[in-house]
Amino acid sequence: MIDLTGKNALVTGASGGIGGAIAEALHAAGAAVALSGTREAPLNELAGKLGERAHVVPANLADPEAVAALPKAAAEAMGSVDILVNNAGITRDNLFMRMSDEEWDQVLDVNLGSVFRLSRAVLRGMMKARWGRIVNITSVVGTTGNPGQGNYAAAKAGLVGMSKSLASEVASRGITVNCVAPGFIETAMTDKLNDDQKSRILGQIPTGRMGTPADIAAAVLYLASPASGYVTGATLHVNGGMAMV
Amino acid sequence: MSDIADRVKKIVVEHLGVDEEKVVESASFIDDLGADSLDTVELVMAFEEEFGIEIPDDAAETIQTVGDAVKFINGAV
Repeated sequence: MIDLTGKNALVTGASGGIGGAIAEALHAAGAAVALSGTREAPLNELAGKLGERAHVVPANLADPEAVAALPKAAAEAMGSVDILVNNAGITRDNLFMRMSDEEWDQVLDVNLGSVFRLSRAVLRGMMKARWGRIVNITSVVGTTGNPGQGNYAAAKAGLVGMSKSLASEVASRGITVNCVAPGFIETAMTDKLNDDQKSRILGQIPTGRMGTPADIAAAVLYLASPASGYVTGATLHVNGGMAMV
Repeated sequence: MSDIADRVKKIVVEHLGVDEEKVVESASFIDDLGADSLDTVELVMAFEEEFGIEIPDDAAETIQTVGDAVKFINGAV
């Protein structure tokens, strides 16, 4: 069993399906969690469900001041940030030829820029503690590409290179930096697909089902734990076999 | 040596695990004391904490030797 008793974890995008499941898994393993997201109501609801060791630290990662304030707020609430899960992400899909500068910039800022800034901010404490875990949620499309998602795929692929660079810088200090790359996961986002679209997607997934937020949370839990101390700079693909990379 | 120099020396000895005799004013953290670039970042963090000061990045870059650190801290506290 993975035991995270005494560890403090900041999870961004905790108001969403995947982020919420990640926070629940870390919390169930004994960690204190700081739940971040733009929508306060679902964060409060989750914190209420989790009970003790759950803190709400709302932040809109599109706002640079909020990004700067978040690590401090989380550290104040919990005492430290030992585990950072960069899960928050947005999409602004559009065909490449129609994509505006704004759509490009927003996705790169939130999905890549904020991860850089949050990670940089928590490193100091992790270096001193000689222990830390950073887990970045990327996506299968960062590896495969996807029509209509030039911005999103660029940001997600960028996370992988950034994580590897940081991983090699801080490995000697007991800090690991890894990515989890979900495939198609059942969330509010994929609920909107019609049956035709769903069956087409399922046709590409050898396991024959969409993933669940719990599938992703299990991968994050491992990479956030002492059990994964010898794993760094890696990307764990959790996609039911739809892309074996 | 001044009090500040003694405290700097102690931090360097503890952090880099080097002999006290080697930590002289002219000793370069990287060339003489075996520090890597991340060690120098950590040393600056340790100095900031010990002396309750802020060492901006551009100043940190100029701190190459034990003497540089003592001089900077003397001017900052």
